[in-house]
Amino acid sequence: MAQASNRVDVPVTIDESKCIDGCTLCVDMCPLDSLAIHPETGKAYMHVDECWYCGPCAARCPVDAVTVDIPFLLR
Amino acid sequence: MQIPPQSQRREFTCDVLIVGGGTAGTMAALTAAANGADVLLLEKAHVRHSGALAMGMDGVNNAVVPGKATPEDYVADITLANDGIVNQRTIYETATRGFGMVQRLEGYGVKFEKDEHNEYAVRKVHRSGSYVLPMPEGRDVKKVLYRTLRARHVRSRVTIENRIMPVRVLTVDGRAVGAVGFDTRSGEFVTISAGAVILAAGACGRLGLPASGYLYGTYENPTNAGDGYAMAYHAGAELSGIECFQINPLIKDYNGPACAYVANPFGGYTVNADGNRFVDCDYWSGQMMAEVKRELDSARGPIYLKLSHLPDATINQIEGILHTTERPTRGTFHEGRGHDYRTRDIEMHVSEIGLCSGHSASGVWVDEHAATTVPGLYAAGDMACVPHNYMIGAFVYGDIAGEHASGFAASAGRPALPADQIQAAHELIYRPLSHPDGPPQPQVEYKLRRFVNDYLQPPKTERYLTLGLEAFGRMSREIAGMGARTPHELMRCAEVTFIRDCAEMAARASLARTESRWGLYHQRADWPEQDDANWFRHLNLRRSRAAGAGETGEMETLTRPVAPYIVPVPGFTRPDGVPDVPAPTGADLTAVWG
Repeated sequence: MAQASNRVDVPVTIDESKCIDGCTLCVDMCPLDSLAIHPETGKAYMHVDECWYCGPCAARCPVDAVTVDIPFLLR
Repeated sequence: MQIPPQSQRREFTCDVLIVGGGTAGTMAALTAAANGADVLLLEKAHVRHSGALAMGMDGVNNAVVPGKATPEDYVADITLANDGIVNQRTIYETATRGFGMVQRLEGYGVKFEKDEHNEYAVRKVHRSGSYVLPMPEGRDVKKVLYRTLRARHVRSRVTIENRIMPVRVLTVDGRAVGAVGFDTRSGEFVTISAGAVILAAGACGRLGLPASGYLYGTYENPTNAGDGYAMAYHAGAELSGIECFQINPLIKDYNGPACAYVANPFGGYTVNADGNRFVDCDYWSGQMMAEVKRELDSARGPIYLKLSHLPDATINQIEGILHTTERPTRGTFHEGRGHDYRTRDIEMHVSEIGLCSGHSASGVWVDEHAATTVPGLYAAGDMACVPHNYMIGAFVYGDIAGEHASGFAASAGRPALPADQIQAAHELIYRPLSHPDGPPQPQVEYKLRRFVNDYLQPPKTERYLTLGLEAFGRMSREIAGMGARTPHELMRCAEVTFIRDCAEMAARASLARTESRWGLYHQRADWPEQDDANWFRHLNLRRSRAAGAGETGEMETLTRPVAPYIVPVPGFTRPDGVPDVPAPTGADLTAVWG
């Protein structure tokens, strides 16, 4: 099957200047397991556009690096 | 990733296996552990933020607090809201044990609202009784439960494994003996041998497609994809009231509660575009939803939650609750649109359809001991058919399931796990890896759930439901061809199979009940009347027991009579004339109710 890569606007964004190396709290807490640590930057990022905009990722971040916006289709 | 061989697997053994670490599952774990069982709690997310209460809860919808209401009031109210089709014994447990549960939760550190006399500040939302108890610090409920689960004396008995998702319950001679699943991060194959199994896997919230088109923008936590419904079905258990869909009045687009239960006591209420009230009771029922739908479809739509008439201080208070508990991004949503409760009422709509006994009545058939029709298999929470059971009912039934499952496990053997069922589950889990270029889950799921909207949304008709069944049959083949490359994608692919199973159940149950009942929940345009003569009965559904039917056997429906009432229902006459019987009495009941 032909593969296409579609760009999407993801609801959860991480401020990499604040995100702590080695911390995985937001990744651990996401009910949908949508966050991961990027192998190159070592920072958290949203690896799939799967979000209930519930907020544990932002609530548990110790340095306020996580922003949860409403998914674009609902905004 | 590569498909792991069946022999290369992680094996667990426990007395009580609990699938799902949400409301019911955590309580089941605490009670089973207190009864001396070795408990394995599997959660596909992380127990700290999982299930319907992932972020918290703004209040209790169904607490029967002595002095404020009686169990009889509550059972009668819920019987009426379900047009009489309930097993009152199951509801009676929620009614009589709910207060003890509130106190137990307080003991763990959950806070409930009290008035100046230190009495529970119960509010009236239901038709006659007062059962709504706010939780101003409800954002902490999961934190408190998790802390309780991790306390030293509990920790030794309860093993928690996060990010493991079972896909099938294993049975030997018709008894539940364990489960099969996989690690959603490593992809590792997992089998569990257990004395008893409790399914507490939540609603099927990812059934209908939200109007936004966003797969995960559902009312229910979208991790709750009907896993438990599908697992119970394939294990041979009966399910009940599947045709009594969950449909809720929500904030349009945001798709979260508005929420009248919170706003009502402060003076907020639902109005149409002319500013007039059109429901006389804000309690969510099929009847209320029919009224909401009628208004939305009329020239008087849209509808709003009206708060703008309230003083600033009151709105601050409402925002304080709505924007910090349960769904804290509500504020973000309104802010993004430039809307403010002070100047603008909140536009509402009706949600996509789902299956959830927490709100309506669709679930696995259980008795008052949380036992399913499969020995050794218990169900609790949103996925167990105890109508309108909400959070307190989930806690109560988690407790009951923990008690009875640990009792069952104490004398149950641990037979060898059935190799054929393990093989079938292995195939179900890893099949998408063998053709990674097959259609991806988001496309397959979108299509499946669009057909759910097209053919199952009320008003239902035989023609549409039949077309739905045809579509879900086609989708079986497309699902078999779905491709995946990572463990995360395997999780979503397995969930699509659960959603498809639930869609088929929803269509078959809706077809079988040839009448309209429960307002919008089961509105049949081709059978518009309620038919008490033929349908004052439970409609149950199960895997066919015909010889050779096996896992791929047809679904079959059957009916069960409504058990004699144990609580009289003022203003309601049973159409079948079956007389009431006395309510049970027991040590538990007299301890609280005297």
